[in-house]
Amino acid sequence: MPTAFKEALKSGKFVVTSEVAPPKGTNLEKFSHHIEILKDKVDAMNVTDHQSSVMRYPSLGGCLLVQELGGEVILQMTCRDRNRLALQADLLFASSRGIQNVLCLTGDSIILGDHKEAKSVFDLDSSQLLETIRILENGKDLGGNELDGDVSFCAGAIVTPEADPIEPQLVKFEKKIEAGAEFIQTQAVYDLDKFKEFMNYAKQFNVKILAGIILLTSAPMARFMNKNIAGVSVPQELIDEMASAPKGQALKKGIEIAGRMIKQIKEEDMCDGVHIMAIGKEETVPDIMEAAGLI
Amino acid sequence: MPPMRSGKGDDIEMIRSITQKKSEEEIDRLLNGLGRIFIIGCGTCVTLTRTGGEPEVLEMKENLSEKGKMITGHTVVPVACDNLTREFLDDFGEQIDQADTLLIMTCAFGVQTIAKQLRKMVVPALDTLFVGKETAFGMFDEICTQCGTCIIGETGGICPVTNCHKGLVNGPCGGTNHGKCEIDVAKDCVWTLIYNRLKELDRLDAMRKYQKPRNHQGEPKPGKFKLTSA
Repeated sequence: MPTAFKEALKSGKFVVTSEVAPPKGTNLEKFSHHIEILKDKVDAMNVTDHQSSVMRYPSLGGCLLVQELGGEVILQMTCRDRNRLALQADLLFASSRGIQNVLCLTGDSIILGDHKEAKSVFDLDSSQLLETIRILENGKDLGGNELDGDVSFCAGAIVTPEADPIEPQLVKFEKKIEAGAEFIQTQAVYDLDKFKEFMNYAKQFNVKILAGIILLTSAPMARFMNKNIAGVSVPQELIDEMASAPKGQALKKGIEIAGRMIKQIKEEDMCDGVHIMAIGKEETVPDIMEAAGLI
Repeated sequence: MPPMRSGKGDDIEMIRSITQKKSEEEIDRLLNGLGRIFIIGCGTCVTLTRTGGEPEVLEMKENLSEKGKMITGHTVVPVACDNLTREFLDDFGEQIDQADTLLIMTCAFGVQTIAKQLRKMVVPALDTLFVGKETAFGMFDEICTQCGTCIIGETGGICPVTNCHKGLVNGPCGGTNHGKCEIDVAKDCVWTLIYNRLKELDRLDAMRKYQKPRNHQGEPKPGKFKLTSA
């Protein structure tokens, strides 16, 4: 049976997903609070997988909690920490528990995180993880052995529309679609004219595209991302707009900008929806959606 | 390890064992309680990498003497990993016998060869990083990780298993930025290099081909191989 998220993608409506990050530790209070706020507003919540290679409560555990609280969930899965046995086993577990939307990622380098001496795995890459999902769905594992019981997923991946150079990324993007990606979340986009150019190219493929929206919280945060996050480019006029906000009003300004961008994406029918990343400020997602005229 | 010719040209193009000196704290810890030390360097790879040649051996001797260690002797053997090292070291028999330990400033191949030949406790002064070559003065690059499943026939002769931080075989990750790697802005993203090379050769179809998961057992562990005719 298709997942509610897959149905939403198929329905042609403007789909909204949001990211939620599990805690460092077992105190799930704030995490649960974010889920409660978002579960009836967005079409699905992505649960991050040791984001930026920082060890946290697991994505699978977070997904179970989202389900218990009544939300639709997308399992983020990176290839950094598990070999093909562990990845397949986690996929079997997820499918058996009704966690059937998966976002396949390569994963950040271990060196960027908080366990810098850990062994990085990368037994599979994101395209191979997508292919693995399709193989499991056909009743086999990667070793060619028969599986007892059905497996079914709605699988997705990511792309960085503003990568420099873009061409190698697009080769990978096409390989991900060929490997079975049904939806693609993009890295944060800020320059919508550039994003439209990307969509002119991406529209030829049979895949749903959700534009990535990262909430700006201050001008220095925008500058930090420009300097440190690959493929993220906040235009100077947006940085200036953030800087122009009165003291204590920067977050409000960021919400306004994010809402404005989403509104434009929807009105101009640029793509199939948006994926909102309000890194650490998940409680603002309803405000962003309101500013976008979505609720 | 014995030098292997990587092609025409002089010594600088030879494949070498690339090493890095251990921290002073670690060497001090390994030598704790050991008062008499014999130091061994090597005239091959570690001389090239300036980690275990004559100047480094002398510097180590000075440094340890200042810390109150008694240096019973020191030498730079021509090729530490060679079986002839034993004969070379015979000339230092007494100085070696007097020592509590041998401090060996060679790659791990040399350390293991000497340990086996002399049956004495050894302390490596270096960490062995990879097999590679000096590509610019003082700059050493790994050439091949010896993965056992070579795919460079489809990547324009550039190895992503060695040169991509994540060893990705299907194209770049999202961390690449301005053609550089997410872990080091000075390091080229190998997938940008591969893309450019294949484009130049009009063979981008090779990059579009899906690469199956790698056989990670292609490199036997421990490495052991027997010629079928042997």
